Amino acid sequence: MPPGWNAVSAFVVQLCLANQTKLMTEPVPPTAPFLKLENIGKRFGGTVALDGVDWSVNPGEVHCLVGENGSGKSTLIKIVSGVHRPDAGGRIVIGGTAFDHLSPHHAKKLGIQVIYQDLSLFPNLSVWENIAIDQELGAPFLAVRRKTMRATAKEVLANLDARLPLDAIVGQLSVAERQLVAICRGLAAKAKLLIMDEPTSSLTHHEVVRLLGIVHRLKSMGLAIVFVSHRLEEVMALAERVTVLRDGRKAATLPAKQVDYHRLAELMTGSRIDHVLKAPGLETRESVLEVRGGGRNGEFADVSFALHAGEVLGIIGLMGSGRTELALALFGMTKLDHGEVWVDGKPLKLHSNQDAIRSGIAYVSEDRLLLGLNLRQSIADNASITTLDRLANSFGLVPPQRRSKLAFEWVKRLGIKASNTAAAVQTLSGGNQQRVVLAKWLATNPKILILDTPTAGVDIRNKQGIYGIIHKLAKEGVAIVVISDEIPEVYFNTDRILHMREGRLVKEYLPGATSEKLLAEAVFA
Amino acid sequence: MRKLLAPVFNRSESSLAVVIIVVVLIFSVSSPYFLTLSNTADLIESYSVTTILAAGVFVVLVSGGIDISFAAVASVTQFIAAMAATKYGVPAFPAIALACALGALMGCVNALLTYYLNVVSIIVTIATSSIFYALLIYFTGGSEIYNLPDWWTDRVVFLRFETASGDFARITLPMVIMVLVVVVTHLLMSRTHAGRQIYALGGNPEAASRVGIRILRLQLLVYGYLGFLAGLAGFVQAHRVHQVVPTAMFGTELSVLAVAILGGASLVGGLGSMGGVVLGVLLLAILQNGLNLLGVSPYFFDVVIGLAILISISVTAVTQRRLRAKRGNSELRHE
Repeated sequence: MPPGWNAVSAFVVQLCLANQTKLMTEPVPPTAPFLKLENIGKRFGGTVALDGVDWSVNPGEVHCLVGENGSGKSTLIKIVSGVHRPDAGGRIVIGGTAFDHLSPHHAKKLGIQVIYQDLSLFPNLSVWENIAIDQELGAPFLAVRRKTMRATAKEVLANLDARLPLDAIVGQLSVAERQLVAICRGLAAKAKLLIMDEPTSSLTHHEVVRLLGIVHRLKSMGLAIVFVSHRLEEVMALAERVTVLRDGRKAATLPAKQVDYHRLAELMTGSRIDHVLKAPGLETRESVLEVRGGGRNGEFADVSFALHAGEVLGIIGLMGSGRTELALALFGMTKLDHGEVWVDGKPLKLHSNQDAIRSGIAYVSEDRLLLGLNLRQSIADNASITTLDRLANSFGLVPPQRRSKLAFEWVKRLGIKASNTAAAVQTLSGGNQQRVVLAKWLATNPKILILDTPTAGVDIRNKQGIYGIIHKLAKEGVAIVVISDEIPEVYFNTDRILHMREGRLVKEYLPGATSEKLLAEAVFA
Repeated sequence: MRKLLAPVFNRSESSLAVVIIVVVLIFSVSSPYFLTLSNTADLIESYSVTTILAAGVFVVLVSGGIDISFAAVASVTQFIAAMAATKYGVPAFPAIALACALGALMGCVNALLTYYLNVVSIIVTIATSSIFYALLIYFTGGSEIYNLPDWWTDRVVFLRFETASGDFARITLPMVIMVLVVVVTHLLMSRTHAGRQIYALGGNPEAASRVGIRILRLQLLVYGYLGFLAGLAGFVQAHRVHQVVPTAMFGTELSVLAVAILGGASLVGGLGSMGGVVLGVLLLAILQNGLNLLGVSPYFFDVVIGLAILISISVTAVTQRRLRAKRGNSELRHE
């Protein structure tokens, strides 16, 4: 860890504390909101996406907008940024002027900038060109004014007290640095309201801390900031208010200090969800998988652990800790440079993932949308892809009814919500897509199932469903590894937890013998 | 060597420059005729048409598209301009302008189809290429035009100097047009709003439309520019060979694309520079000429083109993988 980090975290904590005390001692001065929505509704055909939403964001405020998938978050953002036109009867008031709708161009002119989750940067262009791209949108055959553009980029970075090499190519920067470029571009376009969509979802803990430092800076510059997110633990510390959307309506707007994880979950889902602490004391069974001194140069080293039948083992570690690299090596996608893998008491040489699949190992990747599914194909196509040779008849051909039968079975067993097994996977919700990936691997009858961040991008209700499947499989005797960086996910759903950091397993925890808080402190230390 | 070239070229371009220097050294040692002044001048002239077309293809590649209809466009515009000149006595400048304008128009057809059908441009241009060619052959019956007017076929020499061995080296019209096209394309792509927007479009089309780049207008410019240059190239080609043959340009598509890719333009868009493309042309020209002087069969040359592309693509892929591995390691150390 670079030496500056502790100082940065301490700095942010102090900022938050200073803020809190100020709020407690003096009442908030009555500022006019920068953005005010009144009675905003939006229908798409027969479905109501938004219904009578009132909402406001003040200058200098950090405001969190939360809600499950389909709650209307993105529709609301698109109305504010001028992409969608709200239904008649609502008003959008910006800086005191009322509009019944905006266009994207008009919204930008009024100072509304959205930083999308994909950041919408140009990976092939330099930092300065990305930041000042607006200055290149004029008459096509005018000369580019490099000096002015570079000066703009430099000035914006200086305002944020941030440093980036101006001539670096954006595609070669880290995710956090790219995010900084996107923020700078918003500022260079004279943003007054900055809407950030899922800004922390692909950042490491330290990067989140640094982002919060920058957000604090933006706040002190008088910008209004909206965070749209599923995962808000870190952001709550800095936010003034939280607005929860549920089924297109505003469930509540609350001061951020009055809400915790459970209260939010309740507001988002409309029902109370409690974690069930799994009983410890799994009887000692034979180990199905053993790793002895496993290592890959530059990725991880000295990894040794055993996994037992029916056990759910959590591996917790931040992004870059080597957790995904370890999983890829166990699945035969990469080769170990050191150490051995034993399966069922025999050493196993993994030359490719075919070897791993043959010895009963299945792996569900981190990025299901990119790597785990063919979104345009049907549920049956996706679910049967791993077992085509077993489904084949004596001519080596796969009869379609065998595939749909297999798919139908898994749709039933995993409770996948779909009209039929011929439906394209892209028509399903995130949680159901995740289940199709599971089905695809469960169809191979694995003895060992490795799940890499299995609930990324899945909302709270569906998370519970996936945890249920994990526990059911474990009961049936499947050994399961859950790789994650979400403390509650690992703490409440595994029998044993290994903490991975800087490519090494540093400590083992038993959920019954430690607290969620202690684990969080160890991981984020 | 790479460090020395760094201020002029980027990474892949400086590797290309190194390769060219090595190849030149090898040929210079093995053939006494290689790289004499007159040989070089001939070489440059014979690659003028390829370079003009490659400049246009480069622009399309940067925007994230591929256009292979340029050879058909060049043939069609060449024929129509030749008809105008021979049958109706249209003079030089209007005839050239007609060829270029017609080419630009056909390019715009490609742009409109790509934009409104929302289909990858390679498929659109395979189709339009086929249609343009077929229409040309259908209406002309494949007939050739030999009686081009003198203004078209007369050699225009801007400069002529005698070399030590008594040969003449000439700066001719095709070379001048080629250099102008290279300079204009370079300025367009690196110095104007339009050029930078083309890079942005190729780098991330979704982001380009989000920041407010007008995609259709830009695509009309990109494909129209290639069409314009195809019209110009058709004129230069007929100027060099003194006749118009409908099938003369047929089959040049791949070598032109090869040159652009060799020069660092990427098939996924957003990358490459005019300088790199010029280096790509240079490498192919030198290889062809050197092998020719060494008495290697011209049929073997296509093998060399293929190998050169494979090697250049593998070098890029390997360096990128190594870069990524290096970055992974350093991130692990910093955590």
